Amino acid sequence: MNKWIYIFIMFAVTYMIRVLPLTLIRKKIKNTFIRSFLYYVPYVTLSVMTFPAILNATMSKSAALVSFIVGIIAAWFGANLFKVALLCCSLVLIIEYFIV
Amino acid sequence: MEYKFSKNKEIFFLGIRDGIPIALGYFAVSFSLGIMATKSGLSPFQGLIASFLNNASAGEYAGFSMIAVSSTYIEIAVITLIANARYLLMSIAMSQRIRKDTPLHHIFIIAHMLTDEVFAVSIARPGDINPYYTFGVMLVASPAWSFGTFFGAIAGNILPVRLVSAFSVALYGMFIAIIVPAAKSDKIILTLVIISFSLSYIFSFKFFHISEGIKTILLTVIISALGAIFFPLKNGVADE
Repeated sequence: MNKWIYIFIMFAVTYMIRVLPLTLIRKKIKNTFIRSFLYYVPYVTLSVMTFPAILNATMSKSAALVSFIVGIIAAWFGANLFKVALLCCSLVLIIEYFIV
Repeated sequence: MEYKFSKNKEIFFLGIRDGIPIALGYFAVSFSLGIMATKSGLSPFQGLIASFLNNASAGEYAGFSMIAVSSTYIEIAVITLIANARYLLMSIAMSQRIRKDTPLHHIFIIAHMLTDEVFAVSIARPGDINPYYTFGVMLVASPAWSFGTFFGAIAGNILPVRLVSAFSVALYGMFIAIIVPAAKSDKIILTLVIISFSLSYIFSFKFFHISEGIKTILLTVIISALGAIFFPLKNGVADE
């Protein structure tokens, strides 16, 4: 399997997703099922990709679990994208310093 | 609302200004994506090109994880489609705000970087979309995204293992920061998120023998479809 072909396929699919509605759709979508489905997809797919995958990203599963939980709490109380990412990284670094 | 061409330069610089905080966040996140690109067997240059062409955190993450396991070309196309499906929604939303006389090549450029953040700042402007604003945002955000991946891929080989391990969760931190505020304000999304975490965990057991990519596709389609059937949106809710 050629790596450049993988990259090109990713690009082609992603660009089509972005450019087609923008160039083709001139009216509002009325179908409730499609609109609801499209509305839920981002949150569901990000959730499925985050957990439990985060547990295998680091050296220690427990460090990842703590950063996952604390990240959720911080985001719940209004921390923005950059802060949550930074917090998660710092927690893993600190916890792994003591237990790995 | 029409935009005057004499104002385009001013609006372009406004876009550059608004693009700076986006660029900083992008650099950190795409840095961790670069570490992952190396783990998947891509060279730093391939990582740079992949990020320049795709501009998609979750999409690139999903794509790289498929490259890591040498998936088929069809699989990587499907997983990219699923991981980036939300851009379809954003593109649809944005299509309602494009002026009829906007040149087609302007639309082609905007579409290239229709990310969560660029979409958010562009759509937040009053009136119809002025492409020059989005161009300004892209001008600073795009290099940050591309070179973040490049430096992450290089540093992934040089940095101490501890730091690489810590950076690896940046991307998940970003995903959390997108999911949680939506779940907080919408109880249905909260329910779907909890169901997603649980089923994703259950289906990761070896017993089920399904790959990470297939699991993501199946669970996304099934859970979102169930959500759409049992909790259809009332009119207007999805008009972000």
